[in-house]
Amino acid sequence: MIGFHYARAGDVADAVRQISASPGAKFIAGGTNLVDLMKMDVEQPSKLIDVSKLPLTKVEPTAEGGLRIGALVPNSNLAYHPQIAQRYPVLSRALLAGASQQLRNMASVGGNLLQRTRCAYFYDIATPCNKRAPGSGCSAIDGLNRMNAILGTSDACIAVHPSDMCVALAVLEAKVHVAGPGGERAIALVDFHRLPGDTPQRDTNLNADELVIAVELPPRGFATNYTYLKIRDRLSYAFALVSVAVGLELEGGTIKEARFALGGVAHKPWRNPQAEAALRGRPADAGAFAEAADIVLRDAKGFGHNTFKISLARRAMVRALTQAARGTPQVQSNKKIA
Amino acid sequence: MAQSQANGGASPVAVDLTINGKSHALTLDPRATLLDVLREQLDLTGSKKGCDQGQCGACTVLIDGRRVLSCLTLAVMKDGASITTVEGLAKDGKLHPVQQAFIDHDAFQCGYCTPGQICSAVGLLAEGKAKSADEIRELMSGNICRCGAYPNIVAAIQQVMGHS
Repeated sequence: MIGFHYARAGDVADAVRQISASPGAKFIAGGTNLVDLMKMDVEQPSKLIDVSKLPLTKVEPTAEGGLRIGALVPNSNLAYHPQIAQRYPVLSRALLAGASQQLRNMASVGGNLLQRTRCAYFYDIATPCNKRAPGSGCSAIDGLNRMNAILGTSDACIAVHPSDMCVALAVLEAKVHVAGPGGERAIALVDFHRLPGDTPQRDTNLNADELVIAVELPPRGFATNYTYLKIRDRLSYAFALVSVAVGLELEGGTIKEARFALGGVAHKPWRNPQAEAALRGRPADAGAFAEAADIVLRDAKGFGHNTFKISLARRAMVRALTQAARGTPQVQSNKKIA
Repeated sequence: MAQSQANGGASPVAVDLTINGKSHALTLDPRATLLDVLREQLDLTGSKKGCDQGQCGACTVLIDGRRVLSCLTLAVMKDGASITTVEGLAKDGKLHPVQQAFIDHDAFQCGYCTPGQICSAVGLLAEGKAKSADEIRELMSGNICRCGAYPNIVAAIQQVMGHS
């Protein structure tokens, strides 16, 4: 790890002031990803601005009937928060599917949004990687790409966003509140993360001088018909090969509203409005779910080691939509997939 | 001068840590992880360096009662915190119930992961979220045991739950 200056932020305005004054500086909160990347010399900030003590730890009701989650709420606290567990269980389940309890105790909501890909080549500074060193090339496209993307890839990058939390937030249509030198703004979660295109070094649309301060959930939580299904190489403490978050509203056996998002398959949580529209008004059965899955995967592309993800994702979507329709969400402790 | 260049010119930072009930006034390189401070500066070598990248759990300690990974914790960020390591669990010459249960159930073989397992189990019990064996296994999944002592670790934790 190279040396860096360390400073604590007094408040949000001070944090923004400090980062505006120090190009090359980074915020640190839980540190679970950034410290790891610094040890590997993937990240080499000149200064760390410690925001971990800022008063952004509340979960509060909004005037619209939703919830506003402070950016520094630890992942474990959020997963077990009664309002989240009852009203937004898909978010609670997704959080508990990620990492381990030790990491969830450390990791903040804001940091989870901003965690970086675990692509092996991004981590290995001896290899080319356009995300880490723009213009150097992508080692994953012709390399070991079992964990890499099948949707929304570019010639420059096939990395995936590793978060579970963000997949649920995409379904819930959360908003990310950020503070910058010009004041505050809100970014829809689905617009927060970017596709790699020819600028894979930029994971998100957050500007370098902006701080995530909160995540806002709208009132609709899909607390009856939901699931978070995560398929991975071992039963716990592993990143997703494919994950699916679902929120349905049913009327009788008919789908009134359908939202679903995939994790582990793209540079951002993957939603497909056409596939969701195709489900509305249809009976909630495997035929409709398979058609929707096919729409999502129409443009999917495998790179060899990860080509299996296309059929895995199709089955995972059908299974997850079925779990949600039946009101039998995937349990995170007993991993038997029903 | 050479040294200050090596660490990017960063200044040492004064940090107060309470470790196993004893306060320590330290001056630390910002790069120092809590794990390295414990092991290299304070001779508290119970917390183990397994992977040093948050993938094994051998470095698990309790900060203000919550289990965390000391290898991914920058010590300067924990100014004022109260830290408990495996060395701080026994009281008045008597093992912590989790330590005793690990012995009773032979919940280790080589023992390298054990301090992390025990600290993690103490954190798990304080959280109160795990009831069944499945839930214990899931919420202990951040502690890897290469010897495969998992069934006995679960049994040890269940013993303490039964007695509390």
